[in-house]
Amino acid sequence: MKSEFTLKLDRCKGCGICVSFCPKQVLALDTLGKVYVANHENCIACGQCELRCPDYAIFMDKVKKEAAK
Amino acid sequence: MRSYENFFRQNRLPHLWCPGCGNGIVMKAIVQAIEKNPDFNQDNTVIVSGIGCSSRASGYMDFDTLHTAHGRAIPFATGVKLANPALNVIVITGDGDCTAIGGNHFIHGCRRNVDLTVVLFNNNIYGMTGGQASPMTPLGKKATTAPYGSVDRPFDACKLAEAAGATYVARSTAFHVQHLIKTIEDGLNNRGFSFIEALVQCPTAYGRRNKMGDPAKMMAWMRDNAVMKNSWDKLPDDKKIGDKFPIGLFFKAESESYDESYKKVQEIAGGAAK
Amino acid sequence: MSARLMQGNEAIAEGALKAGVRFFGGYPITPSTEIAESLAKMLPKVGGTFVQMEDEIASMGVILGASLAGKKVLTASSGPGISLKQELIGYAAAAEIPAVIVNVQRVGPSTGQPTAPSQGDVMQARWGTHGDHSIIVLSPWSVKEAFEIAVKAVNYAERFRTPVILLTDEIVGHLRENVELPTDIEVYPRRKPKISRAEGYQPFTPDQDLVPNVANFGEGYRIHVTGLIHDDTGFPSGSPKITREQIKRMHDKISRAEDEIIEVHQEFMDDAEFAVISFGGTARTAYEAVLNARKRGIKVGFVRLITIFPFADKIIRQISKNLRGILVAELNFGQIVYEVERAAQCPVKLCAKYDMTIFEPEEIEKSIDELILEVK
Repeated sequence: MKSEFTLKLDRCKGCGICVSFCPKQVLALDTLGKVYVANHENCIACGQCELRCPDYAIFMDKVKKEAAK
Repeated sequence: MRSYENFFRQNRLPHLWCPGCGNGIVMKAIVQAIEKNPDFNQDNTVIVSGIGCSSRASGYMDFDTLHTAHGRAIPFATGVKLANPALNVIVITGDGDCTAIGGNHFIHGCRRNVDLTVVLFNNNIYGMTGGQASPMTPLGKKATTAPYGSVDRPFDACKLAEAAGATYVARSTAFHVQHLIKTIEDGLNNRGFSFIEALVQCPTAYGRRNKMGDPAKMMAWMRDNAVMKNSWDKLPDDKKIGDKFPIGLFFKAESESYDESYKKVQEIAGGAAK
Repeated sequence: MSARLMQGNEAIAEGALKAGVRFFGGYPITPSTEIAESLAKMLPKVGGTFVQMEDEIASMGVILGASLAGKKVLTASSGPGISLKQELIGYAAAAEIPAVIVNVQRVGPSTGQPTAPSQGDVMQARWGTHGDHSIIVLSPWSVKEAFEIAVKAVNYAERFRTPVILLTDEIVGHLRENVELPTDIEVYPRRKPKISRAEGYQPFTPDQDLVPNVANFGEGYRIHVTGLIHDDTGFPSGSPKITREQIKRMHDKISRAEDEIIEVHQEFMDDAEFAVISFGGTARTAYEAVLNARKRGIKVGFVRLITIFPFADKIIRQISKNLRGILVAELNFGQIVYEVERAAQCPVKLCAKYDMTIFEPEEIEKSIDELILEVK
């Protein structure tokens, strides 16, 4: 995995901004409308999700190559 | 935890804004700009806001914060700054707060060139009261008080600020996050009245009524229609059509701020040292 | 300090300065403008700040911001200007921000009769903002007292963290008298937090006198101030209990100190069967009318309200027990008379005037005579 996600779900309002702006369809909303990582392996660690989240609910950290192996 | 999160009152989050509201993005951009400025810290910076959705931001920010009355943020902020010029003062306001009920205070704040950084969260609507037309609702857009589309010609708040004497005038959007942070950062560095219009999406009270789609679509609209100032200036008039609008730095001038000018009055009167 | 010829409005400016006012925001309006003009000159001499704002709303806003940043503040206006200030007078009450508002009354309503004298803003001073709130209203009758009351107003604003209305009128505001201003003045300092943030400081936790020790901005307390109903933390609360408690406390902090705040000037009351109650500039004429009536053998006393609000209910009730009638002389259609009627245990008559001109002593004397006939 190229990235590690930290989700603060009590802050997530399910607006879908992170889902829409993710270029690799990594994220999705569950039946209760909260974000979850659906396709982690596709993540390119671009950080669009964290950058655009208006609720400070999703944090993405790049994973260093050695650690990823 | 990200370092900028230290500037939030963690126990007040999550904030009260609707799902997909752009206000959270701009509030974060403000604290990220503050974080980059070594002259600003949590004990020498005061956040002053008016009334409305945007103005609730002050309650989430861990500084001395002042949530004033509707339209009155700039006079209160002027008082804070002039009473203690060592303080950095940032004003958070909205399109209704700043250009309707607070319109007179806005232009006179610009005129005096008080050393304030004013960030206007422009959601084109009165959100808190449920979607009434504001002086920045575009022509033809619907609001509860403009059910057939607004026929009131809107203000261009940036042009207003420049004409009234502000010494830093810029616009950005909730989509252009890095640009927004930089724009606010430059505003904080200007010694005088800095005005930043930050376009934000209001999916609940504005977007939905005007069939602009979900929050992400409203942000994509910003991406697709905002034109950087340099490119905008080169556009022929027949291309400046539709929803296209300019962003970037519109105006910057060197001019003595009000508190510096008043210090001279105190010197002449003999009270400067007191 | 030697005696000098001074105007009431100037005396207010001098008093404010002596009490520690270092910030004034205002807007020109007759008959209050001399207060702004005096402070424009005097404030920068002592390191203070004078700013002329775009309107009266902004003038209130700017002083409230300055007060929160640690300065003692004052603004002054008249008539229409005071109406504009009302919004933020309520904010000062709700957010407990010390501020003095001087009202040099002129004839209203609206633009009225600029700038003839009036006392028509008495109830506006008490109730002029939306919502339940308490307030202190003081009214001087001479130039010297204008100075003293300006000091007192600033002290009360600081002590109770409340807006205080210095309710004067064109008569006193533009009156010139040779006065020797007192030099020995007691000044109430800005209240300070007693504990640190680490020790659990909350800006709106009331002290023993029910007044909170709100920190100034820039002192590291990182407080939040709002016009919304808030709890001790300063943050808004949607709780009915908090709402009830906070509104009650803001009334109680002033009412529990009423005996100290309420000042009533009484003369010739020992043998009095009747009394004339008045305040401000009108009291000067009332005093002469009382003197004249007593020369004619009428046992009439003189009562002057220095503190208009909180109203002197107890004092009026007490003195009225020994009286056959009270005459209220006021330069309006009748306002404070209703407060007097509420408190008094004897017949109350109104002597009202609202024609731009001040009372002549004979007019009040005639009303005294009428009162005597009416109660017989």
